[in-house]
Amino acid sequence: MRPLDWRLFMGVTIIGVVCLLWLVVAGVLLWAVLDSDDWHTVLDALGGKGGLLLFLWAGSLVPAAIALRHMIDHYLRAPAKLAEEARLLLETDAQRLPTPRGSAENRRLAEAIGQLVTQREALRAEMDQRVRAASRQTELEKNRLAALMSELTKSVVVCNLDGRILLYNNRARLQFRRLSRLPTPGGGAELMGLGRSIYTVLDRKLVNHALENVQRRLHRGADAPSAQFVTATRSGKLLRVQMSPVRDVASDDQGARTTDTMTGFVLLIENITEDMQAHAEKNRILTNLTEDSRSALASARAAAEVLELPDIPAQLREQLLAVIREEVQGLSRRLEEAQPTAGRALRSRWPLEDMLGDDLIEAAVQRLESELGLAVDVERGDRDVWLKVESFTLLQAVLHLAGRLRQHCGVCTLTLRVGRQSGQGVLDLIWMPCDGANDKARLGWDDEPIEVGSETLSLTVRDVLERHGGECWIEQEIDDARHRCLFRLLLPLAAAQEELPAATFVHHESRPEYYDFDLFRTTERTRSLDDSPLTELAYTVFDTETTGLNPAGGDEIIQIGAVRIVNCKVLSQEFFDQLVDPKRMIPPASIPIHGITPDMVKGQPTIETVLPAFHGFCADTVLVAHNAAFDMRCLQLKEKLAGVRFDHPVLDTLLLSALVHENQDSHRLEAIAERFGLNIIGRHTAIGDAMVTAEILVKLIPLLAEKGIHTLGQARAAAQKTYYARVNY
Amino acid sequence: MANRILIADDDANLLISLEYLLQRQGYDVVLARDGDQTMKLIRQQPPDLVVLDATMPGLSGFEVCQQVRADPALRQIPIVMLSARARETDIAKGKALGADAYIVKPFSTDDLVNQVRLLLGADR
Repeated sequence: MRPLDWRLFMGVTIIGVVCLLWLVVAGVLLWAVLDSDDWHTVLDALGGKGGLLLFLWAGSLVPAAIALRHMIDHYLRAPAKLAEEARLLLETDAQRLPTPRGSAENRRLAEAIGQLVTQREALRAEMDQRVRAASRQTELEKNRLAALMSELTKSVVVCNLDGRILLYNNRARLQFRRLSRLPTPGGGAELMGLGRSIYTVLDRKLVNHALENVQRRLHRGADAPSAQFVTATRSGKLLRVQMSPVRDVASDDQGARTTDTMTGFVLLIENITEDMQAHAEKNRILTNLTEDSRSALASARAAAEVLELPDIPAQLREQLLAVIREEVQGLSRRLEEAQPTAGRALRSRWPLEDMLGDDLIEAAVQRLESELGLAVDVERGDRDVWLKVESFTLLQAVLHLAGRLRQHCGVCTLTLRVGRQSGQGVLDLIWMPCDGANDKARLGWDDEPIEVGSETLSLTVRDVLERHGGECWIEQEIDDARHRCLFRLLLPLAAAQEELPAATFVHHESRPEYYDFDLFRTTERTRSLDDSPLTELAYTVFDTETTGLNPAGGDEIIQIGAVRIVNCKVLSQEFFDQLVDPKRMIPPASIPIHGITPDMVKGQPTIETVLPAFHGFCADTVLVAHNAAFDMRCLQLKEKLAGVRFDHPVLDTLLLSALVHENQDSHRLEAIAERFGLNIIGRHTAIGDAMVTAEILVKLIPLLAEKGIHTLGQARAAAQKTYYARVNY
Repeated sequence: MANRILIADDDANLLISLEYLLQRQGYDVVLARDGDQTMKLIRQQPPDLVVLDATMPGLSGFEVCQQVRADPALRQIPIVMLSARARETDIAKGKALGADAYIVKPFSTDDLVNQVRLLLGADR
């Protein structure tokens, strides 16, 4: 029932009082104008009918009230409702159009508001579409940039002004892996990771000095300032670093433009240790060849000039001839000694890249087949050999030779083979000579300008090989009683390259997460970790596999797996996965659970070596584990032995899950993963469990926020109170 | 009385030729094989001219040159420096340290003899 409207009550009261007053006034007027008899006649006529009069008065109020109520609904309540509806539309995303009611004016107003709402929704939809398109474009550009970076042959690291790494490429990852002093596979991951500080690798003062230089030049109006410095790492490597600024973008009436304010910097890092060594070697050879030769030549020349003088004593003549002989022999010896090293060191530097023999062969096969229409076989040689080549021109040279073979010897089938010979790489082009035609193949072809299709280069095959420090000749070999001819190209060998570990675990994206531009916005945290929002913290989520469940009773760690979370993203490429030799028996009953056999841990590093590496990996992060009390106990029992301390703040996904889903019976890892719809790959391997725990934490953080738990301190305090916190190991 | 020339070089093969050549020109020649011996001989009996190899065991030719020029009793002795170090900076260094002539190896013996004659002639 509708509550009594005070306006209706007031209106009816006023009408009643007015009517009453009208009656009283009418009575007074009648009394005043009528003589006494008439007045009494009226009184007599009304005598005893006062109640009827009152009834009439009250009865007249009912239609008045009805009319009044209608008017209130029509003229007052309808605009009020419209106002409420309009406010709701204003304050929320509701799309319901206001109902037209009340007066005609009110209805028109409702319709106008309805049109505005429709217009607003259309604008909003258009805006959403534009935002989505822009986001897609930004994402595409980010991906393009990341793809480009990952293919660059120089190490690229992008940092924000705090020196936190927000992008790095594959080359940087490999380079820092080599610079790491820690054992594999954690090596390098403690240096290069999103959100990690570049100052663990580079001296802060050097970087700041370079930053100041760049900033100064930016403020002076330089268009593309950069700074360079050379630094030595802790492991004794020399790095040449080039710094360029990442400039802020300001928007104004004329559109977006870059300002001279820096938001971060790009570092191009090059390991010049080998270059410097080569340079020193080159200097040494040059010095030997010039200064030592000068002395020898001086003695020989002086002796020769004296010998030209008339009347020199016979004994002196013999002495001087001996001097010339000795010095010339010395020079020859020196040249012979210098030849091999000088050849390598003094050769003009052609930009050679390291290439797997197999890849070179594959590229050659493709081009020989497509451009010359030759059938190409590949012979199993030493296909994992790494060569130092400039593959494009080298392939042009190969195509030239193959083209000549087809043209002059009618060769339609070629066999390719890579391998090694006397410390050099070898690429063989093998063909079966037709009868009587084998002598047509000439080595002179290597002195002709390279011809590929209609294109003629200014280089010859010999030029190409010389720039590689290589050689070329024709050979014959007997294979299964068949004579085969081959062009043998001798090429420099490269050191075997380290291949990236295959991404074996929970990887949702095909491309690794080597960038996080959100870190541009992060600034150095001044507040304590406990006050830091959970969404801003960096986490190391880890798991250990052990020989048993009683670490205090002698059970040992046999595997540690860990993965990092930065900016609420699981960085599945930055993981730590290490087997540990427990130096004790692994109970056979536990092997089916973790799948780690005694053979697997044999020869693996012991916990004294692995824990410091893991400690480095965890630097500046919050440790997270499922049932962390157990894993932390395992780590802490070994702290003294390893000489490290795990005093990081710790979060436990088991406790956090209990906080968020207090009515659920199970908080086992599988149960939580199922609730969140996560797939577990590699359950009961340390890295597999760590990955899924990390995914769970990322899902838990927004749920904790709904419960009012936003900071690390709040999460730790709340977790402590849960029932499961009482479990001790 | 003949002028006395001290030739200092660790290369015995060069000394044979230079000794003969300068003796043939009528000079008294004294030989030294390292820097310390050179300084000792210079102090014992200052020669009229020193032919000095820049790189020798012990004191280098540059150091000998410096010490000679720093000693008031010896600083007038003309010094011809021989060196396999042919960079412009080496030549500048030799001259700055007081060498009257800097001859880069290998050299023409005529040039050396002429230079010696010139310096001794100028001295007189």
